[in-house]
Amino acid sequence: MKFLDDIGGYLIMIRHAFSRPEKTAMYSKETFRQMNDIGIGSLSIVAIIATFIGAVTAVQFSYQLKSIGLVPMWWMGSIVRKGLILELAPTITSLLLAGKVGSNIATELGSMRISEQIDAYEIMGVNTRSYLVGPKILAAIVVIPMLIVMAVALGILGGWAGGVLGHFFTTAEYVRGLQDNMKNWDVVVMFIKCVFFAFIIASIPCYKGYNVSGGALEIGRASTQAVVLTSIMLVIVNFFIAFFLLGE
Amino acid sequence: MIEIKNIKKSFGEQQVLKGISAVFKEGKCNLIIGKSGSGKTVTLKTMVGLVEPDEGEVIYDGRSFTKMNFKERKLIRREIGMLFQGGALFDSMSVEENIRFPLDMFTDMSVAEKTEQVNTCLKRVNMVNTNKKYPGELSGGMKKRVGIARAIVLNPKYLFCDEPNSGLDPKTSLVIDDLIQHITEEYQMTTVINTHDMNSVMGIGDHVVFLHEGYKYWEGNREEIMQITEGELFDFIFASDFLKNLRRNAKV
Ligand SMILES: Nc1ncnc2c1ncn2[C@@H]1O[C@H](COP(=O)(O)OP(=O)(O)OP(=O)(O)O)[C@@H](O)[C@H]1O
Ligand SMILES: [Mg+2]
Repeated sequence: MKFLDDIGGYLIMIRHAFSRPEKTAMYSKETFRQMNDIGIGSLSIVAIIATFIGAVTAVQFSYQLKSIGLVPMWWMGSIVRKGLILELAPTITSLLLAGKVGSNIATELGSMRISEQIDAYEIMGVNTRSYLVGPKILAAIVVIPMLIVMAVALGILGGWAGGVLGHFFTTAEYVRGLQDNMKNWDVVVMFIKCVFFAFIIASIPCYKGYNVSGGALEIGRASTQAVVLTSIMLVIVNFFIAFFLLGE
Repeated sequence: MIEIKNIKKSFGEQQVLKGISAVFKEGKCNLIIGKSGSGKTVTLKTMVGLVEPDEGEVIYDGRSFTKMNFKERKLIRREIGMLFQGGALFDSMSVEENIRFPLDMFTDMSVAEKTEQVNTCLKRVNMVNTNKKYPGELSGGMKKRVGIARAIVLNPKYLFCDEPNSGLDPKTSLVIDDLIQHITEEYQMTTVINTHDMNSVMGIGDHVVFLHEGYKYWEGNREEIMQITEGELFDFIFASDFLKNLRRNAKV
């Protein structure tokens, strides 16, 4: 029963989040502020993680391929690129952002609720679901795909560094692999994932934070629940996108 | 003038408001008093539409707020200012941005006009030169004053204050009360104030409504309150035996 209530409440929030804004200038200002928070705020952590994920992928795959011995090492470029585009960059970046951005959003909205700031907006006649939720979702959909593209690029660089430093392949071999068997469809699938993931990362914590009631303890609880639920939804949606778009 | 008619509200099993009717007059400070948990905040929130009543009606100068849809309510809300218990200032904005927000959102004033209006309001609440400060840097009393400035920036016809004095020392409380009273008279607003501060009742209680166990138990002004010698309201006002005896002896 509670579960159905939540789904209903979530859908209503989404519908209101995209209703026509009172004053476009104020909404775009808020959207840019959110883009800054989500994007610039997460740049360094995404960069570090993506680089090392790329590096470790190259090293561990090379190690395994070497022990099999039948596969030419220039394949590594292709393996790293494909792995990053289809799975590692979107999923790992998103899980990371679920923790960072998700808890941020839930805490921000939760404390605005508890301290009656949301009520204060309502009293003024501001449609809070569209002013507080809409820009966050929009900003996430714009910025998170950019972060993921950056993660792919840095992951590929990391893979190159890891492999070359570990003497698994030469730069020329890696570059040959990178250019081999390039499918545009992979990139399309990546962007589809990005948009779905961004929507989930912003909207679930918004719902959890917006509907907090009680005190500081509940804000913490809502924030944790938001991160857990967002992560679960991410891996489930990830599976279904892969299943339907990559399956035969 | 705001009229509420037979307002009822339950949360689950608990009926908090059991049919409250009252009239709040313009140019006056209308006080709602009562014990903690008696439903003052719920009454106020029902009046401004943050809580939907189960039954009853709220009427703003003949316009039934209860029957309006979201869009129509928005127009009335432009005429409402509200001071929240903790100030409810927007954390991410400076004092100036807080006060300017309603102007940014709902008017087409030029930047210069907005700045002038903001400064007028800041002056009105004695907070000049705090424009660039953030809510985190203000004391409780200062937050309330900024809250008042933000509430009056659009020259509202109706002002609601939820416990404007809670958490303040008696001196600062008086300053806030005086401020609210002066603004109310100056702009001829209909002001509704929740309080359990007896100093406020005596200081600004033009019209007082006493809530008890979900009902309007008593209604009158500050002079009339002083005539009371028994019953729930007497217990509420003269809470300690010391005060009760003082009052009884004074009568003799
Ligand atoms: N959203 C809500 N859900 C459930 N119960 C509520 C809700 N809001 C208020 N109540 C209940 O309604 C009753 C009246 O609460 P209210 O906040 O109006 O009291 P109050 O008179 O403002 O008290 P105080 O002086 O302490 O602020 C309380 O028993 C409270 O538990
Ligand atoms: Mg209260």
